[in-house]
Amino acid sequence: MANNKKVIVPIGPYHPLLEEPEYFQLYCDGEEVVDVEWIAGYNHRGIEKLSESKHYDQVTFLVERICGICSTSHPIAYCNAVEDLCGIEIPERAKYIRSVIGELERLHSHLLWVGLAGHFLGYNTVFMWAWKYREPILDMFEMITGNRNHYAMLRIGGVRRDIEDEDVPILKKTLSEVKGKIEMLTEAVLDDPVLAARLKGVGILKKEDIKNYGAIGPVARASGVDIDVRRDDPYAAYNLVEWKVITTENGDVFDKAVVRLLECFESIKIIEQCLDAIYHKKGEIWKEVREIPEGEGIGHHEAPRGEVFHYVRSDGNTTSPVRHKIRAPSYVNIPTFKASCIGETISDVCIILAGVDPCYCCTERIAVYDNDKKKKNYSFKDIVKKSIEKTKKIKEEIGKEGKLWKGLL
Amino acid sequence: MSVIYIFSYFVLFFVVLSIIGLFASWIDRKLTARIQWRVGPPWYQNFADIIKLSGKEVLIPENANKFMFIFSPILAVISSTICGSIIFLVLKERFGFGGDLILLVYLLTIPSLSIILGGSSSGNVLASVGISRELKLLLSYELPFICGIIIPAIKSGSTTSLIEIIKHQQIYGSNIFSLSGIIGFIIILISSCGKIGVVPFDLAEAETEIAGGSLIEYSGILLGFYKLAKSILFVVVPLFIVILYLGGSAINSFSGFLIFVVKYLIVLILITLIRNTNPRLRIDQILRFFWGWLTLIGILGILLTLSGV
Repeated sequence: MANNKKVIVPIGPYHPLLEEPEYFQLYCDGEEVVDVEWIAGYNHRGIEKLSESKHYDQVTFLVERICGICSTSHPIAYCNAVEDLCGIEIPERAKYIRSVIGELERLHSHLLWVGLAGHFLGYNTVFMWAWKYREPILDMFEMITGNRNHYAMLRIGGVRRDIEDEDVPILKKTLSEVKGKIEMLTEAVLDDPVLAARLKGVGILKKEDIKNYGAIGPVARASGVDIDVRRDDPYAAYNLVEWKVITTENGDVFDKAVVRLLECFESIKIIEQCLDAIYHKKGEIWKEVREIPEGEGIGHHEAPRGEVFHYVRSDGNTTSPVRHKIRAPSYVNIPTFKASCIGETISDVCIILAGVDPCYCCTERIAVYDNDKKKKNYSFKDIVKKSIEKTKKIKEEIGKEGKLWKGLL
Repeated sequence: MSVIYIFSYFVLFFVVLSIIGLFASWIDRKLTARIQWRVGPPWYQNFADIIKLSGKEVLIPENANKFMFIFSPILAVISSTICGSIIFLVLKERFGFGGDLILLVYLLTIPSLSIILGGSSSGNVLASVGISRELKLLLSYELPFICGIIIPAIKSGSTTSLIEIIKHQQIYGSNIFSLSGIIGFIIILISSCGKIGVVPFDLAEAETEIAGGSLIEYSGILLGFYKLAKSILFVVVPLFIVILYLGGSAINSFSGFLIFVVKYLIVLILITLIRNTNPRLRIDQILRFFWGWLTLIGILGILLTLSGV
């Protein structure tokens, strides 16, 4: 066999490593991975287009369906965007309730990742234990919202359901129990020498890599990049409570696990303070929004995987958004595999790919398919090229005209 | 002995070993489930799995070497059954010959080799990654495994006969009750995890990395044969360790049999515990671990044995 001919090891489109259809081609030289290619587009559902045909209130529940794990991140970001468009301030009680839901979601999502990471390493005991400890959190969701997933709590101008006073002590009790269990799990995971041997120094992302790829969320924080939308541009109740942003320096998979596990405790801290505030302060939980004026709004939320960004534009006449743009955190986090995977072994690449906690259904906003030729028209590279071209074009246009964009700059 | 007699004897062993093996795998699965706070499967689950697999269609890939593809799983079952039959004959009938220890060491590598053969004949990329891992794994655990076998062989008066080892332990006590015995037991226990192919050394199958590895193209009864071979190894390897280290008891009396079963279960449970408290290692880490620390400790153990500690 010729020397330059490399074996392609496929991870995907359906593979036990990935919960969703996605295709990574590993070009391997023996066990070593020399190149990785990402083929996306299996999961595209056209949600942005769909939301242009829905009522503003319906879109809240539509975007909730983008992802099953971070299902409240998109509604929070969307509601922030529409409230920014209308220029309204939501009641304080609603802010606290939004923060409670957002942080509970972070808790369950991080525990879910820890479990899955254990499973990918063949450590099924961690998998089962982490998911067992996640169960009380889902119970808390059921108590507050009526659902274990897809909580349907958000509405434009506030939240749909109140947290009852008699529920607060039960919630706090469950939370303290969960805290003890997560402490135990954290110690067990971080002190395990074999896990450390597998994860330390694997898939290192340097600060420059993070900046080059624009990675966000726990992935960036594990590399020492101190960004968190909750603190940098506060929304909901995040500026009303005490908490801190967790960062570590090494940027390997182990540090990503550390960041996620320690963030759980910060989340618990936030929830406890929010529950206290809800218990002591009474008030409205939502504000009536009669009509959406012309204009555009931007909203974001620090989802468990990083900042999720929503852009909504209204023309003031119709009842649905004229344009609704979503950018999910995995969209910028996944391409970091180019910096972290090359040169590692197949075993390590699997955990590195899983280490950014990828969520493909959030990511896939575009797929171009030629039905006659039975193939995709654009590869990942083509899409990047196209988006760069479009940004250039828009930049030129802003110079000449473009009323809406001027307001932003 | 006529050919039919030998054949029927083989079939009898195959059936008995399969039943015990599937039951042992159930103990492993159930215990794993309880450790992980799951309910776990009912006792007949493994039997149901094999019966279901035997009813499934056997798919042979187009670019596979058909003869080797079909023959390899059968080879795995045959070799592990012969291992089991030798051990059973030694235990039950006190039938053995000088050098059966060495024969067992050879026969125990054949299931791994048959996985390599089957994987390489299936013509799949992931299988080729799997067989390269299996090959490295085989090379790495074999050295400490042999260290772990040499220690009791020297202890029992430099013999290569299993019966001699058992007799020696009946007179002078189990091999494990000494420093070198404990060292040897730990070494052979860890390397036998690699032999059976469970976590932390299951990277030849590594479901979440290479989706089954060498076995990826197998389906139906051929996959069932591999599963059976693995189940039989779950009997053979712990029994081998019991004979070498925990003293061959008088299996013919009822109480002796009971003690023997308890010893076997202890080894089986230790293997299950190891596989539930460790993540899967990388192949380079495994090589370094087996050829580095474990072999060094093994050689230390042999030196200790020679000096009589």
